[in-house]
Amino acid sequence: MKPTMMRDECLRTLARHYTNQLVVSVYTTCFEWLAICPKALNYVSVGAMGQAGSHALGLALGRPDQEVWVLDGDGSLLMNLGCLVTLAGASPPNLTHFVFQNGCYEANQSMPLPVATPIDFAAIARGAGVPSALRIADTETLDQWLRSRGPASGPTVVDLAVRSSAQAYPQRYDHIHSAAAREDFRQALRARPGAGARR
Amino acid sequence: MTPAPTTDSPPLSGRAIIDGLHATGIEFVVSVPDVCTSSGLLQPISSEPGLRLVRVCKEDEGVSICAALSFCDRRAILLMQQTGLMDSLNALRAVGVDYQNPVCMVIGLLGHEGGTDLRQSRSFGVRVIPEVLEAMGIRYCVLNVDADILAAMEAIAQAYSLSAPIAILLGRNPA
Repeated sequence: MKPTMMRDECLRTLARHYTNQLVVSVYTTCFEWLAICPKALNYVSVGAMGQAGSHALGLALGRPDQEVWVLDGDGSLLMNLGCLVTLAGASPPNLTHFVFQNGCYEANQSMPLPVATPIDFAAIARGAGVPSALRIADTETLDQWLRSRGPASGPTVVDLAVRSSAQAYPQRYDHIHSAAAREDFRQALRARPGAGARR
Repeated sequence: MTPAPTTDSPPLSGRAIIDGLHATGIEFVVSVPDVCTSSGLLQPISSEPGLRLVRVCKEDEGVSICAALSFCDRRAILLMQQTGLMDSLNALRAVGVDYQNPVCMVIGLLGHEGGTDLRQSRSFGVRVIPEVLEAMGIRYCVLNVDADILAAMEAIAQAYSLSAPIAILLGRNPA
């Protein structure tokens, strides 16, 4: 599936459908998302490469009343592929894991992944037991899917084939590692309806 | 909550540890199975009302899950073996130490001779653990008998009040 969409186009499509989701994002995708959709519920404190899906699972289990999006990279997810099995086992219906697949470690001089051919993350997710997984390579299909999807019965993985964005975005490393970013998210989450409720 | 040891009870009781977790407000247990704790702790936790067990494939997932749950004001422990601790050091460094999150770990010690000084253990994998935790700036305590559980509960409460990681090392296998 040859990508026709640039990553920031894809993120703008997601932003149009944004309705107070908790959004966990990483590296270049994170910097672009912060510029395109700067919201208090952006969770930028992933800390270690590969851990986005695990942070998102914690949020999804801790706040089952909130929808959680993960904006992950292909290289990042490959560092923690087991998280898809964990996701399938925990099976939170409020978590959608988007994988932005560009075939390289873009934050590291765009060094290639170990394999040059596209990776079928949707097939990997299905094989891991995730009930809903799909591949999308253009913004029209993504927009249509976001419009038409109904309530989920389990987690969803969306494998997005993208090209790198043409535009450069500020690389806000100081922000993503800051105590202020963590505290702002914590307070924003506490302010959401349903805070303090228990299972 | 912590029962007094009797001559009939094991030195470290899984039941007493679970009661301590309840008393400390723990709701989630995130775990990779460990031969030291599977029968005495993980198995009873799997059917314990009020505790949700999240089975993970690798221990560093648990570091992140516990940290994220704390943002939701939910308390969790990561139950694992010391080998999992060693495998999770980068996540723990970033998510626990750099980001000052309350990641609470309960750690079985594979190869340890129960109840003896960890630093004198015949197992290098055990002897090195206190120094690794000290190098990481992570506080720890050792559970050898049920009477130690109160201190562990206080350590967990302190981890949440200080927003810092804590390691609770199981000097014996709970039964």
